[in-house]
Amino acid sequence: MAEISIAAPPASPTEAADHAALHRTLFIALAALLVVLPFIPVIGYPFFLMKVLCFALFACAFNLMLGYGGLLSFGHAAYFGFASYVSAYTAKHWGLTPEASILLGTASGAILGLAFGSLAIRRQGIYFAMITLALAQMVYFFSLQTPRFTGGEDGIQAVPRNALLGVLPLSNDTVTYYLVAAIFMAGILLIYRIIHSPFGQVLKAIRDNEARAVSLGYRVNQYKLAVFVLSASLAGLAGATKAVAVQLASLTDVHWSMSGEVVLMTLVGGMGTVFGPIVGAAVIISMQNFLAGLGAWVTIVQGVIFVICVLVFREGIVGVIGKWLKKPL
Amino acid sequence: MFELLGIPPQALFGQLLLGLINGSFYAILSLGLAVIFGLLNIINFTHGAQYMMGAFIAWMLLNWAGVGYWPALLLAPIIAGISGVIIERTLLKRLYHLDHLYGLLLTFGLALIIQGLFRNQFGSSGLPYQIPAELRGGQNLGFMFLPNYRAWVVVASLVVCLATWFVIEKTRLGAYLRAATENPTLTQAFGINVPLLITLTYGFGVGLAAFAGVLAAPIYSVNPNMGADLIIVVFAVVVIGGMGSILGAIVTGFGLGLIEGLTKVFYPEASATVIFIIMAIVLLVKPAGLFGRAA
Repeated sequence: MAEISIAAPPASPTEAADHAALHRTLFIALAALLVVLPFIPVIGYPFFLMKVLCFALFACAFNLMLGYGGLLSFGHAAYFGFASYVSAYTAKHWGLTPEASILLGTASGAILGLAFGSLAIRRQGIYFAMITLALAQMVYFFSLQTPRFTGGEDGIQAVPRNALLGVLPLSNDTVTYYLVAAIFMAGILLIYRIIHSPFGQVLKAIRDNEARAVSLGYRVNQYKLAVFVLSASLAGLAGATKAVAVQLASLTDVHWSMSGEVVLMTLVGGMGTVFGPIVGAAVIISMQNFLAGLGAWVTIVQGVIFVICVLVFREGIVGVIGKWLKKPL
Repeated sequence: MFELLGIPPQALFGQLLLGLINGSFYAILSLGLAVIFGLLNIINFTHGAQYMMGAFIAWMLLNWAGVGYWPALLLAPIIAGISGVIIERTLLKRLYHLDHLYGLLLTFGLALIIQGLFRNQFGSSGLPYQIPAELRGGQNLGFMFLPNYRAWVVVASLVVCLATWFVIEKTRLGAYLRAATENPTLTQAFGINVPLLITLTYGFGVGLAAFAGVLAAPIYSVNPNMGADLIIVVFAVVVIGGMGSILGAIVTGFGLGLIEGLTKVFYPEASATVIFIIMAIVLLVKPAGLFGRAA
């Protein structure tokens, strides 16, 4: 796994404090930006912003596994999409409040992650990627074959936005946007906390040299499974929130091309960086919006970006900026 | 007519035959993946797109150049193989010093590009390709009707798989190939042109995929998406069989095709997922795969 990391040199205590201060500033700036964004003309469509935030959280969850655990899952759409179905179904047919349906969706992502993760960690590297992809395809077929639950080809449309906690009505897009923004911030702060915890340090050790981590006495598979479940739950949180925000859960969300998209977002933004996947998601979703009228060309452009990123731009946007600043972002 | 567990034998054998045909494609494709992975250390995600290309090249040869099925069976793999050689020379060779995962990502991007281009050009509804005149009709075997073309697909795939096995395991060229898979540096030190061997191997693997595509063209409609879902099933086949053994890939491919066919008879709802379920069971029982060696 050595070459997949954008390895930062070990930071001295003063440097580490320096980096933490920089990250804190960036998080505060990000939060401020999220507050004012809906008032900025041209890009300030709450609907578009919500979509970007949900996918950004999805990409951050994916990056937790790839960038910090060195595990390439090619089936993350399964957790995102399945959670989005659960959230949409419970909101629409059981009339659950948004926080309840989002929590249920997240839990379904966690359970699926536990089941698939415990299978996938039995193999490494390239096999791991193929197994996650194959298991996710199973979820896709399940979704296709159970129209009573998923609505089949139509998906679950017009998901109601019930009152939050039973009191606060999500009456318009702007109110919902702030809910999504709050969930997003909580999600990435949690991911940041995980990365910088002792658990996160062990993960990075496993990523950089698994055999060494084993010889140091770490139960590598337990760490891998734990990060798999965390990542799947957060992907589930993103999917469940998306179902409430965009009011739609469809087969697109569980399809393998969605798994590819989240890989692309992470790659473009910079894998193994805290802020990269957010930038990557914003870039890719904007591009899709921009090229929406061009049909199959969107796929081709995405493929070209994939090829270019792998060949000459492996560090991604934020990775390159971090290199300029000589600080991990 | 006798009945087996309430299933008419016509349906049973019909589905088994269909399973055997799918199994042929699994076998050829997983064989190609295994050969490429052995030497290049890259999982070729483009394999499904290259299978689709094979079918489209046959269609284009017929409709644009008037070249029929039999020449296409040879020409399409060669043309696709040449495109593979170009991809290897220009793109893949830049990745050999990197982690395996980058190869997967690059070939995934290539698959998106190729599928997108064909979808733009031909739409996604699918184009018909006639069964060649020599193979129309079929035989009545008493217990079932055997269409000639389907029998041909199974025989042709078996022959190609066994020929590949023979070349790799029993000839001098195959010995070079196995040596280079085991230790490329040492093999090169003995004066064997390993980079050329790598290029040709990739071209050959792509050619195999295209050959399967031509075989598939008259059975399934020629469609830009025909390889996309298939490749994921083939990945599962590869995980089940393990990529260490050529014969293993062939046996697993045909075997899983048969099991899929049986599932279609007895429990059709699970036929799309049965291979993935088997993969999960194999991972629980024998994580290295049926024919794999523990890493």
